[in-house]
Amino acid sequence: MSDLVAQFQLNFIDGDRWQLIVQGLGRTLVIAVFAVVIGVAIGALLAIIRSTYEKNGEDMKKRSKGRYALLSVLNFFAKIYLTIIRGTPVVVQLMIIYFIIFAGSNNDTLVAVIAFGINSGAYVAEIIRGGIMSIDEGQFEAGRSLGFNYAQTMIYIIIPQVFKVILPTLCNEFIVLLKETSVAGYIGIMDLTKAGDLIRGRTFSPFMPLIAVALIYLVMVMILTALVGRLERSLRKNER
Amino acid sequence: MNDNVLIQVKDLKKHYNDGEIKALDGINMEIDQGEVVVIIGPSGSGKSTFLRSLNLLEMPTSGQILVDGVDITNPKIDINLHRQKMGMVFQHFNLFPNMTIMKNMTLAPMKLLGKSKEEAEAKAKELLAVVGLEDRGDAYPNQLSGGQKQRVAIVRALCMEPEILLFDEPTSALDPEMVGEVLDVMKKLAEDGMTMAVVTHEMGFAREVASRVVFMDDGVVIEENTPSEIFENPQSDRLKNFLAKVL
Ligand SMILES: Nc1ncnc2c1ncn2[C@@H]1O[C@H](COP(=O)(O)OP(=O)(O)O)[C@@H](O)[C@H]1O
Ligand SMILES: [Mg+2]
Repeated sequence: MSDLVAQFQLNFIDGDRWQLIVQGLGRTLVIAVFAVVIGVAIGALLAIIRSTYEKNGEDMKKRSKGRYALLSVLNFFAKIYLTIIRGTPVVVQLMIIYFIIFAGSNNDTLVAVIAFGINSGAYVAEIIRGGIMSIDEGQFEAGRSLGFNYAQTMIYIIIPQVFKVILPTLCNEFIVLLKETSVAGYIGIMDLTKAGDLIRGRTFSPFMPLIAVALIYLVMVMILTALVGRLERSLRKNER
Repeated sequence: MNDNVLIQVKDLKKHYNDGEIKALDGINMEIDQGEVVVIIGPSGSGKSTFLRSLNLLEMPTSGQILVDGVDITNPKIDINLHRQKMGMVFQHFNLFPNMTIMKNMTLAPMKLLGKSKEEAEAKAKELLAVVGLEDRGDAYPNQLSGGQKQRVAIVRALCMEPEILLFDEPTSALDPEMVGEVLDVMKKLAEDGMTMAVVTHEMGFAREVASRVVFMDDGVVIEENTPSEIFENPQSDRLKNFLAKVL
């Protein structure tokens, strides 16, 4: 017991090392929150392109060749984006973006936000597209038959329903992202994981700092999971 | 061609899989203002495809559909404006589940016709009263029975003040005891002079309400005539066979 207390003292109290953990946690949260915002923005854009192509492409082809050509090109690039991002490890993407694309940048947190945002965007795109495709075709047809155009049907009728369907999944995406940011140390960012590792290197006692880091992730994930569960239940209750 | 023609369909074809499936294979038809055209025929004969072509939910392979003299298959026309004037009622109602009945009915008039909320709601209330649902405006679709949902779907379409209503098997998804309440609403509309095209298996409705019955099979119109001629004096073997099965 007294050994544990001594360990705690060594790893967190001496040299105010707990501050590293707090700073690291702050960095982790900043990266995850901003990355998910970027991810949702990119994901929504990609999903709109992909589902418009799938659902409205034929119609557009007949009415406007130019717009259809543009949509086809956008859809093509969206597909490439999705393939590359989902086909390579996030840590490799992070390093490519940091060491090659933004070589020499001194704002490594911003680079991490961009990298994780780009990564998350691919997964969010598929979540949103899946949500759009899950809505009964009859809803589109009802909208169109009332005289709404494609965009109006999406905005007034489909998206509000999609939002309800995918909100829990989007929150889960944030939880995944929160854990994935733990590789940020590869580009020298002192996030929560890196902070624990740093303390371990200084005190030569791995147990306390690494378990502490693990517990902090675990508690955050458990809290968020519980919140998502509540959200799901309340959405289901409102679903009449 | 008389002045009352609302819709004129010329040699309408809809093929799938490069012509392998001929859902519609040359339909010619006129629908006059105030007419109730009931379309009957075996399953797979192209009834839904025909009805859905009339507001271009299905894009025809070839042929023309003239509405008020305007060919709506022309890609240059604004199909959305035309759809506003052609209400559609679906087999599965397709009410918006996340909106109240009132919202279901006022969304399109407010967004598309530029009606104020008060105006749109007043109209919706009036129509709900006609179908006996004046107290259900605040309900959500899944709080209603199937028959009630379909009555709402009909008045939702009416809120756009369409020139014609298209019905695709409006009672086929209903429990038998609810069929009557929906047919009654449709009958009332017909009496009030609404132009309607109705795909249905309710032969009683066809006999009583239709101004004309169209019998389709294999993507073509086999026979079309007054209800009494169709039911008492069928000409083709196919119609005789069909009637033998359904009556
Ligand atoms: N999207 C489609 N692809 C291929 N074949 C189709 C499609 N939609 C309808 N069909 C075919 O067209 C024919 C007519 O269908 P439909 O109009 O639904 O008939 P009905 O409403 O009279 O039962 C059927 O043979 C059907 O299988
Ligand atoms: Mg059908």
